[in-house]
Amino acid sequence: MNQISIDISRATHAGASDALHSADIKVFGRDVDVHYGTKQALFKVSVDIPANAVTAFIGPSGCGKSTFLRCINRMNDTIPTARVTGVVNIDGVNINDKSVDPVQLRARVGMVFQKPNPFPKSIYENIIYGPKIHGLARAKADFDAIVESSLRKAGLWEEVKDRLHDAGTGLSGGQQQRLCIARAIAVSPEVILMDEPCSALDPIATARIEELIDELRQNYTIIIVTHSMQQAARVSQKTAFFHLGTLVEEGPTTTIFTNPRDKRTQDYITGRFG
Amino acid sequence: MNQHIVSAYDSEIKELQKKIAEMGGIAEKMLSDALEAIETRDVNLAQQIILTDARLDGLQREVDEQSILTIARRQPMAIDLRDIFVVSQIAGDIERVGDLVKNIGKRIIAMEGQFPPKSLLSGLRSMSLLALGQFKAVLDAYTQKDVDAAVAVWNNDGAIDELYNSLFRELLTYMMEDPRNITFCTHLLFSAKNIERIGDHATNIAERIYYVVTGGTLTVARPKGDDGPVMATLETDT
Repeated sequence: MNQISIDISRATHAGASDALHSADIKVFGRDVDVHYGTKQALFKVSVDIPANAVTAFIGPSGCGKSTFLRCINRMNDTIPTARVTGVVNIDGVNINDKSVDPVQLRARVGMVFQKPNPFPKSIYENIIYGPKIHGLARAKADFDAIVESSLRKAGLWEEVKDRLHDAGTGLSGGQQQRLCIARAIAVSPEVILMDEPCSALDPIATARIEELIDELRQNYTIIIVTHSMQQAARVSQKTAFFHLGTLVEEGPTTTIFTNPRDKRTQDYITGRFG
Repeated sequence: MNQHIVSAYDSEIKELQKKIAEMGGIAEKMLSDALEAIETRDVNLAQQIILTDARLDGLQREVDEQSILTIARRQPMAIDLRDIFVVSQIAGDIERVGDLVKNIGKRIIAMEGQFPPKSLLSGLRSMSLLALGQFKAVLDAYTQKDVDAAVAVWNNDGAIDELYNSLFRELLTYMMEDPRNITFCTHLLFSAKNIERIGDHATNIAERIYYVVTGGTLTVARPKGDDGPVMATLETDT
């Protein structure tokens, strides 16, 4: 009997998507620390966010994923005790540089929140609010065009085209969230941040938002914070796992959910977290 | 592996693994019974083996049903996902092993009244013992989630193939010597083929263990005994 040995190192592992590696990096974070007063919320977070893809941030409550999300459009500026250090670049420009106007930045980096929060105004007014304050349009025809195209992109046009002047708050929860996405799109952002956009929605409304996210990634860079691992697995191409203020592991979504490297990632996604 | 937050999830996985252990035990017993039946020319025992196979079929169905339910309830991820996917595949392997042993049982019954002389059985006996050893070892490796033990099983399959090929030549010689030997030699040859296939299922299980634990696959061409007689390799699928 001849014993033939095999080289286990030649065994293949679940394929990492090469597409992600070659993709353009839209958002580049290096050694980002965030303090709220004396409490440190983020520790040296470094991550590359690919352009025209969906990146999911997952992790238990209080792990820092929303804090990091808020660094990308300088939302932490609005908290007096917050201190952000490290580098966050968008297209190679440091967004914390003095020359960057945070209001302009937030037009490029839109945000959708956990709870749908339309303004207490008409659907039409909700959409044109951003373009108006940013001076993106003047003529009524231009505003009309922005309203229609934004609502179409958000998959809401057919449902609301006959009642554009009704109150946005009168829509259903899922419709309100799509209105908020339309509102974010109206200022032609490059990056859309979504902080648990489906947590207040029923499964059907959630499915519609997920479908929408998949369509939007053709034209936008999307970062989504979600507590639903299945949602992260469904909608994202890249996933980053946060724990206790650090970024534990990031990689192609297919790898993170089938064969993560770090034990903490594995414990979290399999529901073993203590 | 530490426990899930939802303890019912742990019980479901444990339950599945218990069923695999039970199936493995039944298939092992069938195989060693078959070896005994062929040596003692015990047609009743062969009949018993055939009847036992139905239990494996039933358990396999239960494993599949429970796996589907667990997937539906828990949406398993990472190692759990691999584990549950593989549990159902291993149940399939063991069920096939049961079918192969059952088939040997049928051949024992068919040989009644014209059993070969005991001296002709030594090759089949060594093959069966080797396959039984491989099968036991791989089931233990599964229980322990022991990758090294699984890879060892995977490496050892070549020995069964080698024995099969030499047995093939041996039986061919007897058939050429005296045409009256052809009937039982054919039964023995098919039985040997079935045992060779049992070895293949053991290596399948070894590959699955490797996948569960590492997330990778054993893809290097598995060692084969030798090129073997053409007729022997024609049937060999892995």
